[in-house]
Amino acid sequence: MSEYLGEIWQYRELFYFLIWRDVKVRYKQTILGAAWAVIQPFCTMVVFTLFFRKMANMPSDGIPYPIFTYSALIPWTYLSQAITNSGNSLVASSNLFTKVYFPRVAIPASSAFSGLVDFAIAGSVLLVMMVYYDFAPSWSLLMWPVLLVPLVMLALGVGMIFAALNVKYRDVRYALPFVTQIWLFTTPIIYPTSIIPERFRTLLALNPLVGLIDAFRASLFTGRVLDWQLFTISIVMTTVIFVAGNIYFRKVERVFADIV
Amino acid sequence: MASAINVDQVSKSYKIGHLHRATTIREALVNVAKRPFVGDANTKESIWALKDVNMSVASGEVVGIVGRNGAGKSTLLKVLSKITYPTSGTMNVVGRVASLLEVGTGFHSELTGRENIYLNGSIMGMRRREINAKLDAIIDFGGVAKFIDTPIKRYSSGMRLRLGFAVAAHLDPDVLLVDEVLAVGDVEFQKKCLDAMDNLHSGGRTVLFVSHNLAAVENLCPRCVWIDNGKVRMDGEAKEVIKSYLSTFAGAGKQGMDLRNVSGRGGSGEIRFTSLEFFGLDDQPLKVIRSGDNLVLRLHYRSEAPVRNPRFGVQIHSDLGTKITSFSTWAAGVEIPDAIEKEGHIDLVIDFLNLMPGRYYLSLSLKGVGSTAYDVLDHCATFDVEATDFYGSGKGIDGRLGIIFLPCRWKTQGMLATADEEAK
Repeated sequence: MSEYLGEIWQYRELFYFLIWRDVKVRYKQTILGAAWAVIQPFCTMVVFTLFFRKMANMPSDGIPYPIFTYSALIPWTYLSQAITNSGNSLVASSNLFTKVYFPRVAIPASSAFSGLVDFAIAGSVLLVMMVYYDFAPSWSLLMWPVLLVPLVMLALGVGMIFAALNVKYRDVRYALPFVTQIWLFTTPIIYPTSIIPERFRTLLALNPLVGLIDAFRASLFTGRVLDWQLFTISIVMTTVIFVAGNIYFRKVERVFADIV
Repeated sequence: MASAINVDQVSKSYKIGHLHRATTIREALVNVAKRPFVGDANTKESIWALKDVNMSVASGEVVGIVGRNGAGKSTLLKVLSKITYPTSGTMNVVGRVASLLEVGTGFHSELTGRENIYLNGSIMGMRRREINAKLDAIIDFGGVAKFIDTPIKRYSSGMRLRLGFAVAAHLDPDVLLVDEVLAVGDVEFQKKCLDAMDNLHSGGRTVLFVSHNLAAVENLCPRCVWIDNGKVRMDGEAKEVIKSYLSTFAGAGKQGMDLRNVSGRGGSGEIRFTSLEFFGLDDQPLKVIRSGDNLVLRLHYRSEAPVRNPRFGVQIHSDLGTKITSFSTWAAGVEIPDAIEKEGHIDLVIDFLNLMPGRYYLSLSLKGVGSTAYDVLDHCATFDVEATDFYGSGKGIDGRLGIIFLPCRWKTQGMLATADEEAK
């Protein structure tokens, strides 16, 4: 274990360069460039607002629906892209790890970390929106960087499992869009947690994103209290997935070069 | 001296079923369902890419590795560089390892030359500080200074290669594992690379060098290991090992050679060489080949399917693997008719054999348009050129004089006073 971490430390510059590459390359040869980091969650927010708020009259706990859904869409967009990118990363980089040795985890990890730039860009638009809707950001907004830790851990854990599975079973590539879609609907992004009947909440919290998204929202709006029980279950689940992802990845990484 | 590389009973097996292994879950499920009826075909057979390999390389030693395609050379390098793990056995490599299995690993075409130096350098194990310090030297070595801030997707393949090698040449590992990276690139560049390799040698670094360029191996490596069928067949002085290695290629003999069952041949096989015969211009089979003789190489072929524009090629190598000359129908502008017989032969006529006495190797190739290869036979035949008294001096010429025989005349007039007088 300490050997594993030591090696990652030893290769830290490679991690840095791989993340740097992903960030640099992401919007190369696009006209809109980094604006895509905003366009995606923003347009989704507009669509959700039109359909779920205006047409279906979805409740949003008294918060303007656009902010309500956008504040969840930022972490969600990060997570879905991070697991998609890192899930496909190993197969896409097979030319790398069949030629040179380095800790294999660098590949999915760099995909997961590089998405944080998009997160930051999309997050700054949220601040603009809050000004527009006349919401004074409170100090609790500083919780966002803290909440990023479990969010990244979750993305890493899931991403590593998918990346490793993908090396062996290319089904993963087809399953990933489907998995993210289901995940979107089973997470309170479009709807508030409050419309879920009390007895199902604990069950729902097994989806670690539920507590995390809830916490992201709670730290945004003053007067919104964090559901600690929900949050704790989600953190535990996140840790379990992160550890399981690492164990599984470690177990199969030895044969990656042979079977990719 | 302390050993830098220690390989102890290392074996590596691959499952033969790999090519047909389940790549989707559906296939895996089908296999599971079939298992009670047909047995588990996937796990039954495995091939040993390496079997009980033992070797030890002292620190600072430069060792060449030779062997046929598929003998296990690359697998050995991959095991040593930790890219793949041995099935059994242990190995130990001391110090910082750099494996050059390819040049320019990880190059991203959207990034500029400069950015790729950093990326590739860090992938190859260089520190950022180190790259900063060597950046100018790398750019200079690669000879791409003008385009260093251009995305490398605009580079020619040669420029990419030079850039990749420039980074590689500035790695500073304790142990360097090199696989056939010199096989590409133009001659001038290859020479530059060989010089760089030579510098590595003098830098007291441990180097393992896999190559089919036997001349390069002989030049660079005092010691050579011959891997055959996943095992170390011979380990010793480079010259000796290379000679023994080459001697296994051809069943020597001048009266024609059956090429149908040669192992280790490449190509897709639509058309293959079947045999090779040596004739004189008088159509008589040659029993002895001598320097300055005329020679007809008759190449018999057989095609399984119609092929368009096949290109016949022949190469002659010295006994140490140096390529002496190549012939091809394509280079000579010979049109191969469209409707060639399924079985037939083509004659390569050499009017004057410019070779000194000695043993030579032939490689044959049958290629198509572009990169299609139908049949590739490396060092598939030998022939011995015998000494001859070409000048009628009774002295003869022999193999110690070199490889190439250029018939010559000597003029001694300039040595005599009378010559000048006469000219006036």
